[in-house]
Amino acid sequence: MAEPLALACPRPLRHDTVQMAHGGGGRLMKELIEGLFLPVLGADPAGLHDSAVIEAGGARLAFTTDGFVVHPRVFPGGDLGELAVYGTVNDLAMAGAKPLALSSAFILEEGLPFAELSPLVVSMKTAADRCGVRLATGDTKVVDRGKADGVFITTAGIGLIPAGVDIHPRRVRLGDAVLVSGDLGRHGIAVMSVREGIQFESPITSDCGPVHHLVAALLDAGLDLHCLRDPTRGGLASVLNEIASAAGVAIEAEEAAIPVDEAVTAACEILGLDPFYVACEGRMVVFLPEGQAGQALDLLRAIPEGAGTARIGRVVAGPAGRVSLRTALGTSRLLDLLSGEQLPRIC
Amino acid sequence: MKFVDEFRSGKAAHTLAEAIRRKVTRPWSLMEVCGGQTHAIARFGLDELLPKEINLIHGPGCPVCVTPVALIDQALAIAARPGVTFCSFGDMLRVPGSAEDLFSVKSRGADVRVVYSPLDALALARDLPGREVVFFAVGFETTAPANALAVSQAKKEGLRNFSILVSHVRVPPALEAILASPQRRVDAFLAAGHVCSIMGTEEYYPLVAKFHVPIVVTAFEPVDLLQGIFMAVSQLEEGRAEVENQYTRLVKAGGNRPAQQLIQEVFQVVDRTWRGIGAIPNSGFGLREAYAAFDAAQRFGVSDVGGPESPDCQSGLVLQGLLKPTQCPAFGTICTPEHPLGATMVSSEGACAAYYRYRRFEPAKAL
Repeated sequence: MAEPLALACPRPLRHDTVQMAHGGGGRLMKELIEGLFLPVLGADPAGLHDSAVIEAGGARLAFTTDGFVVHPRVFPGGDLGELAVYGTVNDLAMAGAKPLALSSAFILEEGLPFAELSPLVVSMKTAADRCGVRLATGDTKVVDRGKADGVFITTAGIGLIPAGVDIHPRRVRLGDAVLVSGDLGRHGIAVMSVREGIQFESPITSDCGPVHHLVAALLDAGLDLHCLRDPTRGGLASVLNEIASAAGVAIEAEEAAIPVDEAVTAACEILGLDPFYVACEGRMVVFLPEGQAGQALDLLRAIPEGAGTARIGRVVAGPAGRVSLRTALGTSRLLDLLSGEQLPRIC
Repeated sequence: MKFVDEFRSGKAAHTLAEAIRRKVTRPWSLMEVCGGQTHAIARFGLDELLPKEINLIHGPGCPVCVTPVALIDQALAIAARPGVTFCSFGDMLRVPGSAEDLFSVKSRGADVRVVYSPLDALALARDLPGREVVFFAVGFETTAPANALAVSQAKKEGLRNFSILVSHVRVPPALEAILASPQRRVDAFLAAGHVCSIMGTEEYYPLVAKFHVPIVVTAFEPVDLLQGIFMAVSQLEEGRAEVENQYTRLVKAGGNRPAQQLIQEVFQVVDRTWRGIGAIPNSGFGLREAYAAFDAAQRFGVSDVGGPESPDCQSGLVLQGLLKPTQCPAFGTICTPEHPLGATMVSSEGACAAYYRYRRFEPAKAL
């Protein structure tokens, strides 16, 4: 068969306007990135990961950026300020980097009460201190009332990757074990419960927090981490799909082994959501050689933020990009990438 | 999780699957009526547990799927009006009308909001007296009482800025249409548990008598579904045709009388068009004359709006159990969840979406 004709650059997108699902972490976002951003702006020849790796003066630096627009700005277990710090620290950690410094750009809406802004700034400082990272530079813009939702924060970060560490989807191998560092879906449900005014008997708190020290513990023990990724937007299912595609492997997960808190399960049942697609903000997925999985489990479980670590699956032979789930009943099904954000169902 | 774990037990599921295997002597086609059941079957891979003689056909019980294109177009026309706040359950937002969906209208500036209950829309109407608040009242008998309550409450409060766009459908006439079809393939039904929790089981006796077909009211968890299948297969193998109730923990023979009274007060039985299937007599609810002031289609004069369905979409055959989603030429090629031709691909309860999400790499099984 002849090669298909090279597409015009940028490749035409299938929508005329930006849809919410273009930011949902699913297939439409992939289409936007692959159809517009990468062809125009250029792709990292090494392939995409949570942080880019920049070599300078013999050192390898991880470099990443993230925008934070969560509404509500304060939710059970965290707020926008700390999320903006942890999110970027965690993206650096996913490249194995020790976070060095962050930048912070604020877009503020005219009329935002300082009583709302100040606590977020204090949270950022507290979170940065907890991570041992400096907020080194920043920028402030104010826009007319109605042109932004109170405050948007964009952080960027740099970190130093230790010699010999190479964490990237292309290193994932057949037989690798897959771990997750705690229970899933807390952040998404915590935010949704406030946003939609849904009350649960026991409030579900976000898992919002740093994971860089978990990564450091594994690296300090000399474990050969093949790949790391934090299951934020799109949840565990999206991470497994992204890595399976990028690494050209198949992944099989065990439903019964995937940790989900009972209250989160219940909330998802009520709302018609699948917890495997709900966002976390303080978890990571680890790919490493099977023989090191036991040691990694012990190391992570000894740290409070990793106490709930579980081994959830493995890299298997099969078509590149396919993620399957062995259900609790022993049957098998796909764990697919969603189009966009999950939508609550009618009944 | 309490109240669910026991209905997802692997041990109970395998015991039931074994019982079905011992019972079955010849091929049978069972239709699960409700989209929630279809979704659970795909999500838990229940078809893998069943003997090859049992063929599950995915029925028309997904309200999103059977809402006709014309009604979606009416919703889009209303939502696009200035001054309108259009409220809907989340999964209606991605359903394509003849040209676009509610998300597209929203991205151009329309005030489209996801709510979890019609009463949320009613509360919005109270909070936004300067805006017309419209709720997209989609669903089977299950959601009808809450919609009736919202309208009845609005009338009591004299709320003039609230209305509903009604697309309510009823299960029994759809089952009758499927049974009366010359291409009928269904040997037994797993009736939709939640619909019966409202309506009870009485409506099904005439169907059983007329068509000699077993109807087993069935719930939505794996163990429920396998038990429902076991009960239906037992009837078929023993030559019985009865109404049976697997979902006894929720469904009473008489249903929920106060809910029925509420439906009765606000709605009347009307003819409805089903997406992909066509017009079915007496298959829906419409607002009674006394509540006509709350009918959004009339208020906004959109009753005549509506375009044609995609000629490439065969969802009608899928909804009647005449085609498996993977047997459709459009499946996974020109029809995907990002760009669905019909609602069976877009709704999370639609048979095509369930197959795409959980089963799309498997070869199409013959019916």
